[in-house]
Amino acid sequence: MKSCLVVDDSRVVRMVARRVLQDLAFDVYEATNGQEALISCLSRMPDVVLLDWNMPVMNGIDFLRALRSLPGGDEPVVVFCTTESDVAHIQQAIDLGANEYIMKPFDSEIIELKFTQVGLLG
Amino acid sequence: MTPTELEFLSDLVRRRSGIVITRDKEYLLENRLSPIATQRKLAGLAGLVTALRRPDEALAREVVEAMTTNETLFFRDGRPFEMLRTEVLPMLLKERAASRGLRIWSAACSTGQEPYSIAMLLREEAVRLAGWRVSIVATDITRSVLTKARAGVYSQFEVQRGLPITLLVKYFKQVGTQWELDPALRAMVEFREHNIIQEAAPGAGFDIVFCRNLLIYFDQDQKRRVLNNLAASMAEDAVLFLGALGAYSASPIASNRSLKNVASIAVPAGL
Repeated sequence: MKSCLVVDDSRVVRMVARRVLQDLAFDVYEATNGQEALISCLSRMPDVVLLDWNMPVMNGIDFLRALRSLPGGDEPVVVFCTTESDVAHIQQAIDLGANEYIMKPFDSEIIELKFTQVGLLG
Repeated sequence: MTPTELEFLSDLVRRRSGIVITRDKEYLLENRLSPIATQRKLAGLAGLVTALRRPDEALAREVVEAMTTNETLFFRDGRPFEMLRTEVLPMLLKERAASRGLRIWSAACSTGQEPYSIAMLLREEAVRLAGWRVSIVATDITRSVLTKARAGVYSQFEVQRGLPITLLVKYFKQVGTQWELDPALRAMVEFREHNIIQEAAPGAGFDIVFCRNLLIYFDQDQKRRVLNNLAASMAEDAVLFLGALGAYSASPIASNRSLKNVASIAVPAGL
């Protein structure tokens, strides 16, 4: 079973994402900001990170930068999932090693399609 | 809607299109079929079911179409486009080296995602296609979808269905909450109104034909006519991409000519 770390400061978003991802047969666990996510990745590297941008303590882009410099940190697929939907943000995320990018609001189909595109499904 | 009506309608759609409407998608039946009932002055979905039981072939087709449209997305199902890039294009680049021309037809192109996906794919292969003349003709029977297709403007929701983020950033411009396709790519596709059942193909000698969203709506006889029509429009070694054929025994693809390269990529359908 593939593992997915959901990083978002909104409990509602984490809950919705968890439900969608569990239906897609992912082992889901959560972090509420970038720092928590980073600590989590140090002990266990997930197959995929679903990552919000704006969070307290450490935001998504700083997490991504830190993750990619960790040993084995280039392995996880990183899919942003954020309300930031302008080209500048998207481009920055891609440049720093994000694999895909979901603009909120999202639905289960978008998650499924994006995860399929990056080779995590089917 | 009564359980019997729900079962009747979902059974009809499943038999004809392969698309399964689960119980939690009941609202979709309501949303999409109520306008048909109203338009035909039938007493709601109950009246619609009664009319369908008569039976009413044209109505049945309309119902299936209402339940199956909006299924279009960029790079739909992935694999046909991967095949196009890795197998079909290299083959045709060799076969057409003398003429350096490629003609592509996207039949039943709906709001344009399919032909534009092909256009983006070709643009990504621009180095190999330098000096080639490539044309993409995209047809649909419905004028309103063609208007949208020609405009090349999609919502945030639509561009997240099948389009890799790198291609979004590369080929679309953000305008408010909409995304507008690069005019150069838009110019690669010629959209035409066309009825594939009643009219001859919009040209001959096509090298690649996509007809992936269409055959499920038709009965055996119509499927045969459409396939013959497609075959007549294609070069001998052209490649035909089909979607799921629905209830069609695949053997007599074309009675008067044979096509060497038919890729029927059946993908489990669902709403």
